[in-house]
Amino acid sequence: MLLAGLRRLANAVVLIVAVVLLNFLLIHLAPGDPAVVLAGEAGGTSPEALEAIRHAYGLDRPFMVQLLNYLGQVLQGDLGHSYYFDASVTSLIWQRLGPTLLLSGSAMLFALVLGTTLGVSAARRPNGAYGSGITVLSVVGFAMPAFWLGSLLVLLFGLRLGIFPTAGMESVIPPTGFFAQMVDVGQHLVLPTISLGLVYLALYSRTAKASMIDVLGSDYIRTARAKGAGPSTVTFKHAFRNALMPVVTVAGLQTGALLSGAVLVEIVFNWPGLGRLALDSILRRDTPVLLGILVVSSVVVIVANLLTDLAYRLIDPRIRTGVAR
Amino acid sequence: MTDTMLPEPTTRSAGAPARQGSVFVALLRSPVGLVGLLMLATCLLATVLGPMLYPVDPMEIAGRPLLPPGAPDAPPLGTDEVGRDLLAGLLNGGRVTLLVGVAAAALSTFIGVVIGGLAGYLGGWIDSALMRFTEFFQVLPILLFAMVLVTLFQPSVGMLSFAIGIVAWPGTARITRAEFMRIRTLDYVRAARAIGIPSLRIMVRLVLPNALPPIIVISTLIVGSAMLFESGLSFLGLGAPGTVSWGTMLGDNRDKLAIAWWTVTLPGAAIFLAVLSISLIGDGLNDALNPKRRKR
Repeated sequence: MLLAGLRRLANAVVLIVAVVLLNFLLIHLAPGDPAVVLAGEAGGTSPEALEAIRHAYGLDRPFMVQLLNYLGQVLQGDLGHSYYFDASVTSLIWQRLGPTLLLSGSAMLFALVLGTTLGVSAARRPNGAYGSGITVLSVVGFAMPAFWLGSLLVLLFGLRLGIFPTAGMESVIPPTGFFAQMVDVGQHLVLPTISLGLVYLALYSRTAKASMIDVLGSDYIRTARAKGAGPSTVTFKHAFRNALMPVVTVAGLQTGALLSGAVLVEIVFNWPGLGRLALDSILRRDTPVLLGILVVSSVVVIVANLLTDLAYRLIDPRIRTGVAR
Repeated sequence: MTDTMLPEPTTRSAGAPARQGSVFVALLRSPVGLVGLLMLATCLLATVLGPMLYPVDPMEIAGRPLLPPGAPDAPPLGTDEVGRDLLAGLLNGGRVTLLVGVAAAALSTFIGVVIGGLAGYLGGWIDSALMRFTEFFQVLPILLFAMVLVTLFQPSVGMLSFAIGIVAWPGTARITRAEFMRIRTLDYVRAARAIGIPSLRIMVRLVLPNALPPIIVISTLIVGSAMLFESGLSFLGLGAPGTVSWGTMLGDNRDKLAIAWWTVTLPGAAIFLAVLSISLIGDGLNDALNPKRRKR
């Protein structure tokens, strides 16, 4: 158990190093002088500034030395310097990470809870109107561009009905008091969460439905029924855990896509997160920030994968005890 | 041809080689697939013939800005924020999206099949090394990676296809690997090995054809998601410069949403319907190619 955990952790570290190496390669593969690429067009293109960049990144030294230097810096949490803001990339990203995690996390939660509920309840009568509705929802959800759905929600619930705020994470003048602020952020969160979460809601409900149908047809469920367990006991005490496994697998694989979607939804709703920062950095030619965001979001995905693994162990005791792998 | 079309599930010994014609006919038989094909055909016709039948330059100014659809002396679907003809934009805006979708899916299918096939057939340390490599690509958020590539290099139709295709293949690799691992142990492959047919030939000529059904399904779905990624990039203003794309139209007019709903909702609906048609075809193919699913 401990050994397996350590192995997963080592694997995660290798992946992080690989992402950093990729970043390094990208800087060098991009056409033109890497120093100019890093400086961007926004500022610091004077000869002295370029010289400073060359020195800071060790671009005047042999390739391998540069690579190891860069790797060492990033692993210590130094993602470089933004010449546009004249600030450290790490601190810029750190400010924006929270809102992105809040948005992605609540979309994931929304999709998991509602999707599993819908899927599991549809499994009892898979070919009924409700069950087919889930199938339709999953096909429609796959094709729905999150940024279009977001715009439609803004149009309907924000502009026409005026129910929910349509931009930003909090009101221009935030209310006083912790609780009132939470409610304020919560209201701003509703439409972005739905825009980002609908695709995954569709996916999880379909996965949950299919795996629940599989599980309900298995021998041990028949045994439970034969012992006289009622339908809700069978569904929730016997089948639910096993049916949840594929949903967790799919959810874990989707973290990268979730962050990609968050970029677009953040733009639609003016959400002050990493996606907004990434686009702004592109417009400002602030390459170090953009590359830093790529590293940080990859690390988020890697950490999410570790958490998925942990969730597995909690749901399935066989993995925990090492029986029957 | 019609009677060889679909072998009975019982005689289909772990997947007889799928014939292209039979796949198409089976797709026509599934209601979902048929609807998807019809929708895609409509979309292709509008994209190919539309600009000829309605020869208005989508970049030219056609009238006052933000004319609603049906307004007097407005183009049929109105104008956008600078006064360009919205219908002309819709008819021309699908070209890049469809092209990038197909090109990116072709690239990612090629990479995924090569890597997954080698890993599944050869096994051992090659398998674990290639799967590590696959895992690495799975942690990169596709859109952000494509944003970086498009920014560092020049954005163009080719670059967009490359940027999406180069990161979209892990799913294909996993599925191909699973299929190759299964088929590798079948008797006819063992027999082929025993009589000394070279491994590469076995993989390409004997194993791959039987592994195709799930690969075809996932490739179709990747066309759809690549189209969504292209639309997303264009929406962000990172599309191929000098071209019209549904995503670009949506992004350009985004801040006019409150006063001109048609400039945002119509291009988005075009993206949605085009991807929906692909997704329906994928579903139909899945039903048609997977006997176990068909029985259910």
